[in-house]
Amino acid sequence: MRKYYEFVVEGLIFASGIASIIFVLLIFIFLLKEGLMVFRDVGLFDFLFGKFWYPISEPPRLGILPLILGSLWVTVGATIISVPLGIACAIFIGEIAPGWLREILKAGVELLAAIPSIVLGFIGLVTLVPLVKKFFGLPTGLTAIAGSIMLAFMAMPTIVSIMEDALNAVPKGYREGSIAMGATKWQTIHRIVLPSASSGIIAAVMLGIGRVIGETMAVMMITGNAAVIPHTFFQPVRTMTATIAAEMGETVQGSEHYFALFAIGIVLFAITFLVNLLADLSLHRKPVRA
Amino acid sequence: MMKAFANLIKKIFAVFPVFFLVCATVSSAQESRSVQIKGSDTMVNLGQAWAEVFMGHHPEALLAVTGGGSGTGIAALLNGTCDIAQSSRKISEKEYALASEKFQNVQEIPTAMDAVAFVVHPDNPVKQVTIEQLSDIFTGKMENWKELGGEDKPILALSRERNSGTHVYVLEDVVRKGNPKGPEEFAPSVLMMPSSQAIEQEVSSNRAAIGYFGLGYLSPHLRALAVREDRTGEFIAPGLESALDGSYPVSRPLYFYLPGEPRGLVKEFIDFVLSEEGQAVVLDMQFVPLRKDAPQV
Repeated sequence: MRKYYEFVVEGLIFASGIASIIFVLLIFIFLLKEGLMVFRDVGLFDFLFGKFWYPISEPPRLGILPLILGSLWVTVGATIISVPLGIACAIFIGEIAPGWLREILKAGVELLAAIPSIVLGFIGLVTLVPLVKKFFGLPTGLTAIAGSIMLAFMAMPTIVSIMEDALNAVPKGYREGSIAMGATKWQTIHRIVLPSASSGIIAAVMLGIGRVIGETMAVMMITGNAAVIPHTFFQPVRTMTATIAAEMGETVQGSEHYFALFAIGIVLFAITFLVNLLADLSLHRKPVRA
Repeated sequence: MMKAFANLIKKIFAVFPVFFLVCATVSSAQESRSVQIKGSDTMVNLGQAWAEVFMGHHPEALLAVTGGGSGTGIAALLNGTCDIAQSSRKISEKEYALASEKFQNVQEIPTAMDAVAFVVHPDNPVKQVTIEQLSDIFTGKMENWKELGGEDKPILALSRERNSGTHVYVLEDVVRKGNPKGPEEFAPSVLMMPSSQAIEQEVSSNRAAIGYFGLGYLSPHLRALAVREDRTGEFIAPGLESALDGSYPVSRPLYFYLPGEPRGLVKEFIDFVLSEEGQAVVLDMQFVPLRKDAPQV
């Protein structure tokens, strides 16, 4: 009887354990099944590098280069803003701040992660967008840079909390040894702690990027959604995620447009998969000897 | 404080069974008395106003009106998830073919008229445009307000997203100048805004912007341009009167699409919408009633 019970419990735990993998696989298979259909009508090269996105014209033109570049520009911008800020913030929380301040700051960062993205998008639309327009003297504030700034806020909590864990994992002895050798606090952080935690820092940055690339609502509200090939941060852009969100409701199941949106989903999936893989690889790399 | 909270929880739990009971009765007894209406964002407020008045007369009826865009509504009709699709554009040939495969007798019912206003910032000196010029603006041929006698500023053109019936209507009737199969397209640089409010927000704060939406969204923070159809005509400002007498060139019918002959509650609702009372609601909501039943303005 007892053995039977054990068997059932073990089976249940096993099933829950592999459920997430099965779900990912099922999602991936569905995505492939629907997305690959678009290549009956348009070649892979024309899809990825076509410069025009006119999905509802007759015949439709399904080039997603402007969308890929739109996502890239916004992501690169957000990374440039959020990584130095995030790293500095994590160092302050992890290494410098006194105990009571540390707790307040940690709670603050976690709270930032809890704000729904549509709320951030709405706040961005009414406050940040006019500010960007005025500050840079642009024809409109609905630009890649506005999206980047907003997304930097969303990536910050991910970057800070993962990086702080990485800093915590650096053995205390390293710091004590360094101080004992007569190094200052900054020298210790900069020469000892950061290099020892480098793999965790790279993982934090990668996961932050993953968060940014997949973000949808806020981007759709504040980047202008014009499917141009962007040349600067100060232009409106249309991201892959916003395209799927804005157009999915309208497509008829089984149309070229519908399959094309799933194919964009595959591209997005591939990018986030790659980013997560890089993060994972750097996390499991042997720590560099300081 | 804690006590009040606990009381609240108690109340919620007390209400729960009643709620379920009500839901259960409604869903079992009144299944045929509920109607799903979905589609055009332009029409969603109008649809809700109709539904409210109608439910006032028929307390047992349950009408749910949601937006999402005309394309969304027609897609929902095809996928069988709504009873009436509201659309601010005509169903496309492709969609009609797909619908005919699934349903015997797809119905198209014009329910009201809407005029599309082209709006600019109140400080913009440009007051009138021709359809030709609007087409040039949205295809990117005309890039500076100077060419229209305005300030020396690049034009920022704003459009609705592609799931909007207004987008498709403006594409066919303005950008392609009335030839739905014409070669013109919105320029890639045209901003695609997710809602009419977003367009209102941007135009009211940007002197170089031009956008469009249905009459109902006009506000004192914006100025609507007078539009001229061809070289001989006059410039006509958009408004209820000019849309009613047909002199404003950019107006269009708003449709209901049904999968088959209307029956039961759906039929009662449509009869109501087309009645004098239903058309009075249209006028209340800043749309234009169908001309045949139009009350005198």
